[in-house]
Amino acid sequence: MAKGDPAGATRGKRATTPRSRKASGKSTSTDDLVQLLTPEGDRIDRVTWIDGTEYSVDFTDEEYRNLYRDLVLVRRLDAEATALQRQGELGIWASLLGQEAAQVGSGRALRPQDMAFPTYREHGVLYCRGIDPIMPLGLFRGVDLGGWDPNEFKFNMYTIVIGAQTLHATGYAMGVAMDGRTGGDDGEAVIAYFGDGASAQGDVNESFIWSAVFNAPIVFFCQNNQYAISEPLERQTRIPLYQRAAGFGFPGVRVDGNDVLATYAVTRAALDNARHGQGPTLVEAYTYRMGAHTTTDDPTRYRIASEVEAWQAKDPIARVKAFLTKERIADDAFFAEVDEQARQEALNLRERVLAMPDPQPLSLFDHVYPHGSPEVDAQREFMARYLDSFEGSVH
Amino acid sequence: MATETLTLGKALNRGLRRALENDPKVVIMGEDVGKLGGVFRITDGLQKDFGENRVIDTPLAESGIIGTAVGLSLRGYRPICEIQFDGFVYPAYDQIVSQVAKMHYRSQGKVRVPMVIRIPYGGGIGAVEHHSESPEAYFAHTAGLKVVSCSNPQDAYTMIQQAVISDDPVIFLEPKRRYHEKGTVELDTPLDEAYPLHAARVVRPGRDVTLLAYGPMVRTALDAATAAEEDGRDLEVIDLRTLSPLDLAPVYESVRRTGRCVVVHEAPSNVGLGAEIAARITEECFYSLEAPVLRVTGFDTPYPPARLEEEYLPNLDRVLEAVDRSFGW
Repeated sequence: MAKGDPAGATRGKRATTPRSRKASGKSTSTDDLVQLLTPEGDRIDRVTWIDGTEYSVDFTDEEYRNLYRDLVLVRRLDAEATALQRQGELGIWASLLGQEAAQVGSGRALRPQDMAFPTYREHGVLYCRGIDPIMPLGLFRGVDLGGWDPNEFKFNMYTIVIGAQTLHATGYAMGVAMDGRTGGDDGEAVIAYFGDGASAQGDVNESFIWSAVFNAPIVFFCQNNQYAISEPLERQTRIPLYQRAAGFGFPGVRVDGNDVLATYAVTRAALDNARHGQGPTLVEAYTYRMGAHTTTDDPTRYRIASEVEAWQAKDPIARVKAFLTKERIADDAFFAEVDEQARQEALNLRERVLAMPDPQPLSLFDHVYPHGSPEVDAQREFMARYLDSFEGSVH
Repeated sequence: MATETLTLGKALNRGLRRALENDPKVVIMGEDVGKLGGVFRITDGLQKDFGENRVIDTPLAESGIIGTAVGLSLRGYRPICEIQFDGFVYPAYDQIVSQVAKMHYRSQGKVRVPMVIRIPYGGGIGAVEHHSESPEAYFAHTAGLKVVSCSNPQDAYTMIQQAVISDDPVIFLEPKRRYHEKGTVELDTPLDEAYPLHAARVVRPGRDVTLLAYGPMVRTALDAATAAEEDGRDLEVIDLRTLSPLDLAPVYESVRRTGRCVVVHEAPSNVGLGAEIAARITEECFYSLEAPVLRVTGFDTPYPPARLEEEYLPNLDRVLEAVDRSFGW
């Protein structure tokens, strides 16, 4: 669904876009966190980051409601996946609970021509790219390794090795520049997702260097959810992550990752800079992983309840609901309708997951090489004969 | 048809030039490949003629070279990556094994990564540590990669171009100590009519023993065969050329005739290519064998200081000693 543009985020000067009627009229400057919607649901009109860039959004009522719908649907589908894992239908699940705004905000900021490189937790971005939400469940159920077409949806396969995809994104962005596809509004940009843990990886730091040296049209979108499984942010960095960008020679900005509006504005501005040939930006989306790392994890072993409660008060969905209510953009009937849609989509997801067929045994030999291999073919034939040797075998 | 006498290194250079001419999506990337032409001058003059966007001097980061080449591949490019020396490929090992090798499989065939990773490999040049290694087994062990090694200028010229047009990711191992050896190269044979990339070749027919080698050891094996003539022994030498997949049909045919086989490689013997080849020959040619398949390899030590590499590396005498052992079984 289409979204309005942020009100012309411009580096170093004030934007001229008229003030949104939904805004409080409040403008702020910050060297800490770009926020356009407080946890209480109050709009901040515009925010100036320390480098002079001003951020705002100017959405229609329907666009605000659609963002809310995205957030609720993404959370509900994620909860369904967690439940399916608990019931033995998925091998494992990496929940995005708490990070909905970071993912929907950045996912909706992408233009159709932009390319995204996810980790294994970007179910919300995947949803925004129009991919059937059952796809990652196939991966975590173990029936495939990710079934969508990266080129069709401009959303690469999930990458499980931490940080490896940032180099792929950088190379892809170099290709965009080599193709001459930057420099205008229709230019292409690339977004690389990663986390606070990945920020310690060599590949991520190499991708910063490469993208800076080659002025690649890329946005590094770091969801700092405060934990790399059990290890807190302090084990990855001595400085705020966004500040790392300066050392590599490009801008860094920290945004409230639980604020879908600010995340949208900051990501859209960074993507637009990239597509106009102004090179990379590091966006640190400051958020919190409300759930476990994955369903195999037990966060009670390494963090205290009061910390989780403090972040609960900054919930990314509650603040949008409060805003919509306060501004009379949505009423109870709307919220009930969204909840019902979420329930239906979750039910539909569940039914389809349960009906997902196991792959055929011999398919394990498929697609090892584009041009095939006589060695793999021989092993496939051996396995076929072996399976045939069992009485009543139908493979 | 144009034929020229070229060194192996120059033949690679000419092959790369052809690859760049034939497809605008082909790009070369690596450390010092541009102005300098590579530390071995394999890319000499290419940046000058094709520009900095086609022949890219990269930051000094091997994982970055391979990882960004993956991204360029996804964008439709066909990167040829140069790893400066064998011992420097390991920072890129994760990207090669976990990403390059698995993208096509992971995507159920929707994504291709048509990359070539060139690695000058092997010893014999008196170099310091990390400049003389033979890492082929690491890559041959990984499904999703194809691994080849050229041994002469004609193959260097042809195989590099075949590797570039292949949609499979190819690890292309160049025998750096043979870069300066000369041979005649037929330049105009169309690639689809040339000897196939993934095929072994009998380079010296013989009756008594089958000698298997690839890359730098093919020359050593041929020299051993010449020397063995004086002992009245007629050795058949097969250049394996493709290490993954192996092409062992001509090997089986040969061993069934000779009954004896010696495998030669510079890499250590433990879990090396020779072990896999010996196992397969044993399965296929059990009743033809007069002796076990023997291996002449580097030792199971780290690569030694240069003043000891003569002792470490297989040479003519060690090959002939193994041939003697095979006959004495």
